[in-house]
Parts: sequence; C-alpha cells; structure tokens
Amino acid sequence: MITAKELTPINKKIICKALKRSLLISLWFVFLTFPIMVIKVNPIERTVSWRWGNIAYVAIGSFVISLLAKAWLVRKERAAAAKTAACPTRASIFHNILQRPGCRYPLAALLLGVALAFPHLFSTYQANIMTTALMYIVLGLGLNIVVGVAGLLDLGYVAFYAIGAYSYALLNLHFHLGFWAALPIGGLLAALFGVLLGFPVLRLRGDYLAIVTLGFGEIIRLILENWNAFSKGPSGISNIPRPGFFGLEMSLDQAMIYMYYLMIGLVLLAIFVVNRLQHSRLGRAWLALREDEIACQAMGIDKTRIKLTAFALGAFWAGLIGVIFAAKTTFVNPASFTFMESAIILAIVVLGGMGSIIGVICGALILILLPEYLRALSEYRMLAFGAILVAMMIFKPEGLIAGVRRTYCFQGRKSTAALQDDE
Amino acid sequence: MMNKRMNKPILNVSGLTIDFGGIRALDHLDFDVQVTEIVALIGPNGAGKTTLFNCLTGIYRPTDGEILLACPKTGQQTRLNGLKPNKITERGMARTFQNIRLFSRMTVLENVMIGRHCRTHSLILGAIFRNRKTREEEQETIHKSYEILEKVGLAGQVNELAGNLSYGAQRRLEIGRALATEPFLLLLDEPAAGMNPQETAVLVALIRQIRDEGHAILLIEHDMKLVMTLSDRVVVMDYGKKIAQGTPDQIRGNRDVIKAYLGEDVG
Ligand SMILES: Nc1ncnc2c1ncn2[C@@H]1O[C@H](COP(=O)(O)OP(=O)(O)OP(=O)(O)O)[C@@H](O)[C@H]1O
Ligand SMILES: [Mg+2]
Repeated sequence: MITAKELTPINKKIICKALKRSLLISLWFVFLTFPIMVIKVNPIERTVSWRWGNIAYVAIGSFVISLLAKAWLVRKERAAAAKTAACPTRASIFHNILQRPGCRYPLAALLLGVALAFPHLFSTYQANIMTTALMYIVLGLGLNIVVGVAGLLDLGYVAFYAIGAYSYALLNLHFHLGFWAALPIGGLLAALFGVLLGFPVLRLRGDYLAIVTLGFGEIIRLILENWNAFSKGPSGISNIPRPGFFGLEMSLDQAMIYMYYLMIGLVLLAIFVVNRLQHSRLGRAWLALREDEIACQAMGIDKTRIKLTAFALGAFWAGLIGVIFAAKTTFVNPASFTFMESAIILAIVVLGGMGSIIGVICGALILILLPEYLRALSEYRMLAFGAILVAMMIFKPEGLIAGVRRTYCFQGRKSTAALQDDE
Repeated sequence: MMNKRMNKPILNVSGLTIDFGGIRALDHLDFDVQVTEIVALIGPNGAGKTTLFNCLTGIYRPTDGEILLACPKTGQQTRLNGLKPNKITERGMARTFQNIRLFSRMTVLENVMIGRHCRTHSLILGAIFRNRKTREEEQETIHKSYEILEKVGLAGQVNELAGNLSYGAQRRLEIGRALATEPFLLLLDEPAAGMNPQETAVLVALIRQIRDEGHAILLIEHDMKLVMTLSDRVVVMDYGKKIAQGTPDQIRGNRDVIKAYLGEDVG
C-alpha cells in the first residue's frame, strides 16, 4: 500500500498520526472489552479466572483493523482528489453492464427464469424463505420512496406493515372478506395512515422527523397490544385464510408455492411502479426535496403535497405486504411489528443504496437470506447488522449500488433518453 | 426616478418591515419595479438586501407592509403577503440564491426540469401509466429545459451533476432554473459573486438578453461596475432603510450613498 519511495515527510507525518491513533483505539478497546474478554466468573465454583492472553488478541486485532481502515480511507481520499470534478458521473460496473442493451434483457430474462423455476429446483422450505426475502424487497422499495428518494427519515415504517396485516385479519374476522378484496384495502388504508402521519410531521426534518415517526410506529403497536376489544391484544388473531385461487383446494406445499409466485408478481409490479414514479415529474420533485427544501419550494414545488404523496405511496406497499404477511402466516400479533422490523427495512435501503431499485433488491436479498443460511451465527445477528451499517457509512455511504441519474443525449432538436429504466 | 417606461409597476412594495426579535432588518421600505426594467439593489453588507428577497419570495413573513405583484400580460394584481413560496413562484416571480442552492446530486438538465414543475401537471397515475399526455408533457419539459440551457451556455453539460460544475456555471444554472418557471420578474442575489471578469462579461450579456426577451430583473450586486453599466435604476439600502434611489448617474454622486459606503461625512 505504501512503498518506501512514497515516504516523503508528509507521508511520514500521516503514518505517525495513524499509528498513534490506532494505538489509542486499541487501548480503548482493551479497556472496553476487559470485563467480557478477560474476567471470567464461574458462579458455580465461585471462582474468578483471569484470561490475560485475550488482551493481546483484542489489542493487536483492533490495532491492525483500525490501521487498515485508516489506510483505506487515505487511499480513497487520494483517489477522489486525483479524479477531481473533471470526471463526469461515473456509473458502477454493474450499471455499465445493465446499460448495454445486449446484456440487459438476456440478464433480466435469465433472472426471471431462475426466479420462476426456483420452487421446482429447491424445496418448499427454500421457496418459503425466498418468499420472505421477496416481501422485504417490496417493503424496501416502499421505504426507499420515503427515505431514499424524498429524503424523509422514517423510523416507523413497520406501522404501515401492521396496518395492512391487521386490516386483512380484522376484515376477515368480522366481515369474512377474502384475501383479494383485502389486498387493495390494506394498501389504501396504509396509504391513508401515511397521509395522516404526514400532516403533523410536515414541518419536521432529519432527527426530529425520525423521532416522531419512531413514536408513531410504537403507538400503533401499543394500540394493537392493549386495545383488546379491537385487536384481541397480545394473543393476536389466528386462522386467517391463505389466498384463494378460484376456490381451488390447495395442500400446504401448494399454498406456499402459490404464495411464492404471488410475491414474484408483486415484486415485478413494485419495481415497475416505483421505477416509473422515480423517473417522473413527481419523482424529480422528491429528489429536489431531498436535496434542498428551500430551493425546492422557491422553484414552485408544493412541499406539503409532495411530502404527503411520498408518505402515502411508501406506506401503500407496506400495507400490501402486511396483507400478504397475514395470509402467509395465517396469524398476526403485535409482536411481529416491533421497531426491529423498521430497522431491518431501513438497513436494506441504506445498505442497498438510497434511491436505487437494484440496490434495494440486493440489500434485501443479502440482509434476509444471509441470516437464514448462516443460522449458526444467528446470535451475532444484531452485532453483524451494526457492524455492517457502520462500515457502510464509513466506506460506501452511497450504498452497495448507488442510484445513477438518467442521461439524455440531444441531437439537433430531438432528445433520446438513454438508460431508459433502472431495471 | 422619472423613468420613461413609467407605466403600471409589476412589483410594488410599500412600508415593508420585518423584525427578528429586537432587530429591525427591514424598515418601512418602499420601491417598485416596472416592466422590462433592470433595477439594482445595493447597500453595505448586512443592509438587509437578502432579507428583502426572502420577504418577497415568501420565505420570511414580513411584520408589516404590503407586496403587490401585477402580471404584465393580464394586469391582474395579487397581494403576496402570507403566500407560500411556491405560490409566489407560480404567480411569476422567481429567484436565485446568494449561497448557491442547486440540487447538487441531480443533473444539470434535471435542475432546470424542476423549474418546469409548476408549469406542468402530470401526477401519480400519469407517472405510472405514462399515457400520451404525460409523455408529451415530459418531452416538452425536456425540450424547454434544453433550450434554457442553451441560452445560459450549459448545453454541453446537460448530464453533469450540478454539484460538479464550476462556480460560474453553477450561478448560470441557478438563473436557468429560475427562468424555467416562466417568471416575468427575476430576482438575482449577487449573480456575479465569485466570477472572474470574463465570466462576469458573459453574465452581463446574458442578463441583457433575458431583459430583452421581456423579463424584468431585480438584482443585488456588490460589483459597482456591473451595477452602473447594467441597471436602469438603482435602489440603495442601509440598515434596512432605503436611503436613495435613482439612475446610476444620480446615485454615483449621492452624498448619503457615499457616506453609507465609506462610513463618514465626506465633503
Ligand atoms: N433569520 C434571521 N434571524 C435573525 N436575523 C436575521 C435573519 N436573517 C437576516 N438577519 C439579519 O438581518 C440583517 C440583514 O441581513 P441580510 O442577509 O439581508 O444582509 P445583506 O444585505 O444581504 O448582506 P450581504 O451583502 O452581506 O449579503 C443582518 O443583520 C442579519 O443578521
Ligand atoms: Mg445578502
């Protein structure tokens, strides 16, 4: 990384500073982890053993890691400085591949083929896991409208998911409404609540908005938990019917596979709709709102209206998936809709890439499938989550696959939009 | 003051006052702008020029006074006090910002397309189904935006991110974005700040061209050479008050103005 030739005085200074900093960091880590890594209390034999050897691991490990991180950052800064502003918008390799029409359609067809064949290639259990991942893709795409595109940090997204799930559960319980009737109702009801939440938070931004939406999410959950007469409280509602298919009787396996295909359809619909929204007059206005609220208003955009549409359209997808969730598990209770869910969906958006559809899809697949297949590490799930997010913020704040702006080429008076669609 | 084009003013400000806590940033300000006129607003730092723009465009709510905007085509007059910024832009008055406020992670073309927002109508369903009306509207937005970029000299950089442009280009893009809202009155807050002499010359030509196309312009500027060559009329402010107004020649010799700038009694 740094060869002898490069050791100019400035470099030496940087290295000295980095070494000192890493040393401090490693001391700090030793101090912090002392109680867990060194002291071991055995309550049965009432003895305390001191594992001094562990100090060395912690110290050396954190020292090396922090040094590597620093080196990486310096290199990145230099690369950025060398590139300067002269370089036009640089698309990732990923986008370059997608942009080539020769690659795009075969690739999409291949993916779709694999997706369609999936339940026949693997067990129903695998298809079931995949259905969950697909649900999170749609949830991610919905939250992406609010957080990634419009820049409104919403930590209570799970509330809309809960509203969708309970609207199916309750409508079925009281009025025997079927899945297909409940699906749009759940979505629209969630959108309505999105607007209702939107009104009081119109003036809020950033951290304040995050806290109020967090509160909203908890309020909905607490209502569901405590209003026994309405929602049956913590015991939840069971025996919710699975989606029907023209009155056909289905075995459990068949129902699962049916659910899988339903989700494939819904994912395709969500990709289509969200993509069109992003590349429209409304989508541009959301982006402008994210970039600069005052300039956005001064350019004639009705801030109130586009904020409310962002909340409503984001919540709509959560409502739809809520209905699907109720139908899939045939049981809902408030414990399914904790802040943890909001955090996972937000992590999908942030990890994948704010405002990027492909990014969100990758983020959902990684964050939902990895823990499933790495069951052994499930205890460390939250730890890994935190570490991944912190690392992303430092090294790749724009997400795995950043959104790329659409480009236009003008020949004479005619314009053609290149990079027509994100997907 | 006795301007030849003295007909009905398109902007008429009277008794405009704004207080921030104990500070009176604008103090009973009166002035007007006529059709296709270039009015320069000058004054020492902190005189309240930007605050005046913020009041006019609805970002601040004035404590007292009246702002009237009259469309030169229809002659219809509206009171701007209390209107939201986007409503004011819809009425035909657009602005640029002293500290550039572009949408820096959007492309140059998209920045101008945002300006078209208030002149177009497609909504959620139009966006999803992309019916013929929406497609036509989108094409029109793209073309009009491109024409504006040609005018401000940025046609070669349509796909560049706005944040990557040079300083002078960013200022011109702000003007282009404001023009896209189809204003009849354009407010420019220090458009030449940070520009080199060549860039300033290009800017002066651009402002003239915009005026000749029928827009009135109210501009804040510290570059006296630019103010004196470009403006039909100059309004001078100090401590939130109007201290003088007249043609550039009248202002050049005005003792109050010299005093405000030099801070002492001269002659
Ligand atoms: N939001 C605000 N709250 C409190 N005081 C303000 C606010 N906005 C402006 N002021 C005060 O109003 C006065 C005028 O400021 P303004 O920015 O309008 O000056 P200016 O004439 O544009 O100066 P410059 O030439 O430096 O841009 C200043 O004293 C400023 O501190
Ligand atoms: Mg100012």
